[in-house]
Amino acid sequence: MTPALETKGLIKRFGGLVATDNVTFRLEQGARHALIGPNGAGKTTFINLLTGVIKPTTGQIILQGEDITGLRPELRVQRGLARTFQINQLFPAMTPLETLGLAVSERMGGGRDWWRVIGSKTAIVDEIVEIAQRFRLTDVLDERTSKLAYGKQRLLEIAVAFACRPRVLLLDEPAAGVPEAERHELLATVAALPRDVSVLLIEHDMDLVFSFADRISVLVNGALFTEGTVEEVSTDPKVRAVYLGESVDE
Amino acid sequence: MLSNTADSVRASLNRRGRWKIGEIAFWLVAASTLFLLPERHLILNEIAIIGLFALSLDLILGYAGIVSLGHAAFFGLGAYAAGILARDGFADPLLGLGVAAIAAAVLGFVTSFLVLRGSDLTKLMVTLGVALVLGEIANQASWLTGGADGLQGIAMGPILGLFEFDIFGTTAYTYSLVVTFLLFVVARRIVVSPYGLSLRSIRDNALRARAVGIPVNRRLVAIYTLSAAYAGVAGALLAQTTQFVSLDVLAFHRSADVMLVLVIGGVGYLYGGLIGAIIFKVLQDVISAWTPQYWQFWIGLILVLIVLAGRERLTERVRALWPRSRGRTVDRPQPLTTTPAREV
Amino acid sequence: MLTILFDGIAYGMLLFVLACGLAVTLGLMNFVNLAHGAFAMAGGYVTAVLMNRHGVPFLATLPLAFIVPALIGLVLERTLYKRLYARSHLDQVLFSIGLVFMAVAAIDYSMGSQQQLIQLPSWLQGRVEILGIQVGLYRSFIIAVCGALVVALQLILTKTRFGSRLRAAVDDPRVARGLGINVSLIFAATFAVGSGLAGLGGALGAEILGLDPTFPLKFMIYFLIVVTVGGTTSITGPFLASLLLGIADVAGKYYVPSVGAFVIYTLMIVVLVLRPQGLFDRAR
Repeated sequence: MTPALETKGLIKRFGGLVATDNVTFRLEQGARHALIGPNGAGKTTFINLLTGVIKPTTGQIILQGEDITGLRPELRVQRGLARTFQINQLFPAMTPLETLGLAVSERMGGGRDWWRVIGSKTAIVDEIVEIAQRFRLTDVLDERTSKLAYGKQRLLEIAVAFACRPRVLLLDEPAAGVPEAERHELLATVAALPRDVSVLLIEHDMDLVFSFADRISVLVNGALFTEGTVEEVSTDPKVRAVYLGESVDE
Repeated sequence: MLSNTADSVRASLNRRGRWKIGEIAFWLVAASTLFLLPERHLILNEIAIIGLFALSLDLILGYAGIVSLGHAAFFGLGAYAAGILARDGFADPLLGLGVAAIAAAVLGFVTSFLVLRGSDLTKLMVTLGVALVLGEIANQASWLTGGADGLQGIAMGPILGLFEFDIFGTTAYTYSLVVTFLLFVVARRIVVSPYGLSLRSIRDNALRARAVGIPVNRRLVAIYTLSAAYAGVAGALLAQTTQFVSLDVLAFHRSADVMLVLVIGGVGYLYGGLIGAIIFKVLQDVISAWTPQYWQFWIGLILVLIVLAGRERLTERVRALWPRSRGRTVDRPQPLTTTPAREV
Repeated sequence: MLTILFDGIAYGMLLFVLACGLAVTLGLMNFVNLAHGAFAMAGGYVTAVLMNRHGVPFLATLPLAFIVPALIGLVLERTLYKRLYARSHLDQVLFSIGLVFMAVAAIDYSMGSQQQLIQLPSWLQGRVEILGIQVGLYRSFIIAVCGALVVALQLILTKTRFGSRLRAAVDDPRVARGLGINVSLIFAATFAVGSGLAGLGGALGAEILGLDPTFPLKFMIYFLIVVTVGGTTSITGPFLASLLLGIADVAGKYYVPSVGAFVIYTLMIVVLVLRPQGLFDRAR
């Protein structure tokens, strides 16, 4: 089966520094795949390469069997590659309703529509309602995003990406900074993501990785250090040495 | 439950599109000045034109977050395009508007690529530079523009072949008001459409807008072009109704004034430009009557005070009077057209 | 030909003294101060008034042309400008345009709208021939004074404690604060000195650039070009940009008077689009 997302020999150099070192990586259809690695391992660079914010020095990125290496970021989104951000990137002056409406109508090609209001399309309205319920945002739809509780903002962060109806979803530390009380709600929605969306989770929090992922890749110094099932990686002494050791002790 | 949510979602989304009572009142008052203030039509005409010009700036500044210190480039180009056309025998006003809009739109489209990148400062400088270059061209190409003497010999035909311009400015004001209103209606639809929403999202957070799949640059180019066309129409209205164009239409103070007008009225809700134009013109009239040469001092002071008091806070307050997203129908009568204009 | 080059250098030096304060305000406080020219105008008027109404000799007015704008700058910085450092560039632009309008109208009201003429002392008038080039004495004087200022500024920035603190603050105000540097004091001092230099430039330039109430608006674009083209991370960038602009402007007005200004504005746009960080900045 074609993998959902694939990179071949991906290299990114910044001057003399190799930030991404020959990464060949497969994300299977419907996968729950975690990408871990110590700080400075190049996780952010890797995500930026996948989403097209920066261009690789060499190598290929393939989405659903299609080479997207040269594609602009917004076109990658339109082909089904969406991401969330480690630090919330929302529209502070808009409401969650407007935010979701925007994402849904863009996906349906409505962003060029300059004559009708969004609410006039039933398909859009229905989908907003569905997403709002899935991400437990129904109560706060009409509030200003900047006024939302942090946990809700975090949910909205994922909901916006989900509203792009991605085939591949990149979650960048979804639970970062969420207070304990709101954490459970967030993890539950992440766990309940539909199976036809392949998820790549970039995470520091080992509890979350172990409960969510079925495969783990470890990135060290920009290169893939090892990859395997949760058991394999968690029991691998080399991984413990470079990474898990320090993390578990935290 | 589910259908309830859907209904409320639909209602919320549609609310922005609906006309509020305050807005309808605003335009009714504006229309009534046609009959109630016949002796003020010349200044009202100017107000309508400046209002449209400021509205065009609001489209890029308020809705897309593009700062500009050179919006007069489009205003001036529109004025010259319409003026030259009329001087050379094409006296139909609507034709002039169309040509001016297209000319300004083309310039807007071409220069939009210059303002896509860079910081606010770069944008300010580039827009300022474009206006200066255009001003230089108009100054040097005196065979075409009349140079420093201004463009003379503009003779306008009747609008739609029916309405001749008169010396009291009644036709002129009616014409400018109708054009401004029509363009306002279009702009209003645009800003509440999905396209308008995408512009606001770009202004708020371009990084995320891209991550939602929005082609940010293309959207900005489109609104910049449209805004330029609007400014061009405003310039053309000025040229046609005053039947004169001078280098002044491209001057720096035009760009600064329109920014000021918009800031006085408030950025980002379309009425800001119109209300700002009313306040600006009335102030100018009052202060000039009192101290003719030095009104610039007071306008400068107002600007300084507005900024120090917190521009956005002030705008929020004005907007709070104006029922918007909450859909309340109670409203204070906002338009101030009649009373202050009568006082001067 | 060489005379034009010479005049261009004098003009460029003058522009640098006028604009370097703006470069520092922009680089240090990230503040877009369109009112910078108003301080230059203030200096010019100090000299003009002292000379024409009180018979003070030209040279003796120059220190005051520095001190008065510097004091005005200091007061304004402490009372108004500092409130706006954290605001958007748009707010800063609006605010400083407001100040310009006020300054222009106030000078117009108190001094009249006519050009202010100053009578240079006789030893600065006329031209001499040096190595076969005709050079104006006054322009030589300007080059000497401005050159000395440039060297002094460079030395202050690189050799003194204040200079190193200033550079630290430009690099990263937060870190500088953490190191115990009183950033807000440095802001105030630099703003005052920048305003003073602008005033001095205005006084020196009154004869060459002309002096009337519209001065801040007329030359605003030139100052901005110097700063945006030169960049704000060093003092050499704006200096080179000033020289370039001065020479290009003088030569342009002499050889191709019909397109002179046009070329400068166009070049500015091209530079800004291709090198938003400035021509002489290393890309970051």
